Amino acid sequence: MSGTRAPAVEARQLIKTYPGGVTALNGMDLTVEPGTVLGLLGPNGAGKSTTVKMLTTLARPDSGSASVAGHDVLRHPDRVRRAIGVVAQNSGADPVATGRENLRLQGRLHGLRGAALDRRADELLERFSLTDAARRPVKGYSGGMRRRLDVALGLVHRPEVLFLDEPSTGLDPEARTAMWDEIGHLAGEEGLTILLTTHYLEEADRLAERVAIVDRGRIVVEGTPDALKGELRGDAVHLELREPLGEGGRTLIAGALGALPGVHEALVDGRRVSVRADDGAAAVPALLAALERAGLTVAAATVARPSLDDVYLRYAGRRYADAEAAGAHAAHDDADAPAGPGADPRTDSVSLTGGAR
Amino acid sequence: MSTAIAQTWYMTQRQLMVFARQPAYAVITLIQPVIWLFLFGSLFREVVGLGGFGTTSYLDYLVPGVVVMSALSSNMWAGMGTLEEIQRGTLDRFLTTPVGRAALMNGNVVHNGLVTALQSVVIVLLGLLGGADYPGGTGGVAVLVVASVLLGTVFGALSNALGMLVRERESIIGINTFLLLPLTFLSSAFMAPARMPGWMRHIADFNPLNWAMLAGRSAMSANPDWGVVASRGGALLGLALIGVWLSIRALRSYQRSI
Repeated sequence: MSGTRAPAVEARQLIKTYPGGVTALNGMDLTVEPGTVLGLLGPNGAGKSTTVKMLTTLARPDSGSASVAGHDVLRHPDRVRRAIGVVAQNSGADPVATGRENLRLQGRLHGLRGAALDRRADELLERFSLTDAARRPVKGYSGGMRRRLDVALGLVHRPEVLFLDEPSTGLDPEARTAMWDEIGHLAGEEGLTILLTTHYLEEADRLAERVAIVDRGRIVVEGTPDALKGELRGDAVHLELREPLGEGGRTLIAGALGALPGVHEALVDGRRVSVRADDGAAAVPALLAALERAGLTVAAATVARPSLDDVYLRYAGRRYADAEAAGAHAAHDDADAPAGPGADPRTDSVSLTGGAR
Repeated sequence: MSTAIAQTWYMTQRQLMVFARQPAYAVITLIQPVIWLFLFGSLFREVVGLGGFGTTSYLDYLVPGVVVMSALSSNMWAGMGTLEEIQRGTLDRFLTTPVGRAALMNGNVVHNGLVTALQSVVIVLLGLLGGADYPGGTGGVAVLVVASVLLGTVFGALSNALGMLVRERESIIGINTFLLLPLTFLSSAFMAPARMPGWMRHIADFNPLNWAMLAGRSAMSANPDWGVVASRGGALLGLALIGVWLSIRALRSYQRSI
């Protein structure tokens, strides 16, 4: 980015507490450069949707400031509304109206009239493969068709900034892939900035140029997916112990693995130990032997290239699936994280001295 | 200003289309008053013999009563629709467009007003078919229709406000069931004021449903008392404006809560 253009989205220290003392946002800072796709990644209840509500002028922060497309969301909400397209989790297309009627109404609310409105509606129906269904009531649409219509509704007035809140949640795998392709095309369009929220690691990895990981109402880390994964040196080796570690688990693991060459950092979470190793496959026998010597039996071991899950674990201090389960009260949820015996949401991080660079 | 009117019309049109495309719903809205008309008409037929009704046919007396009661009972459910739109995400979608906040609420008001007017006219015509007589003529009927639209606006707006503030179906159902019958029977809808117990008559003086009743019935009589029409009509208009204002306030309060 040249730095001469103002950010498309800029949020500073957004704080929002709901009645009952639930802190949804706790100092949210966010910047999205024009023409880029930023993925806001985090489990349900992390504060992604609240952030989107504030940036789209739906909700007001208790404190902090934000601007979208150069307009202050608190002082000039109307200017912001003209510049943004919003595809919420429930976009609420009118089920009794046809796809075309929904699009036309949305266009009219944005000031489109006459032939320009007709043209734009047809263009979007065509583009989102809804032409055949254009004259049918939306209640007969499949989940994927409805979601495509939602995105079309958000684009009807050619916004500068598009907000996509959980664009593929609830879609079957086929519809999800189609949606991802569509968002990929959008991202390539001249000048369109996209802020996308997701709780699918894979979705953020695939669609976003930059990913900001949200945990407990704030951004814990931000960067390109590759850079974030690159910070995690080597492979991830996940070991599952037969018995959960007791009080001295941390020290035990540090002692057992500290001297191994090429092994960097270990995160202990109940029975699970995650280790970074320069060469994961090569390190497994040494790791098993070292743990054996410490009197620990390993039930399972897996080696993986670093994923955003590992990035999440590192920066949020807990596993993604556990965070999902913890936030599951907030919404419908498809994460079925096994809550290990005595599972502590906090994970202990152990720095290993033996793993010299 | 013209933008506001256009936006209000888009919002109205959207709802009218829903009404028109759900014929079952439209039919029920129209059938219910018919049931009231013939049920009460048969049940209380003899009651005019007591005197004080200003007519010898109970149907003449009953038609305005059913018109007003139906205006109340159909509008007080408006909040359910608003609640559904909130849950579906439709309201939030509109709120992120430049559409005027007042247009969102006024679209409801205009739509409910048009449906209420249609419903009222249908009841009046059915009464005519059943042999009712309207000495006040078309002008009298028009006053009745306007009064019932205003009454509907008051309760429709309050119901919308309740839907946005409480956001529970149960609350709307509870309040509506609680209010409908007392409001209807603490009025001159079915019984001549002269035949009502004194305490009921006094309560009825403060009942907006009774204001609509009095204004409509007076205008439809052979000798309208235009003072009654103006005072009760004016009071209804005032209440309707307050109701709409409250519903717009409720929309702002809803926005603060999300």
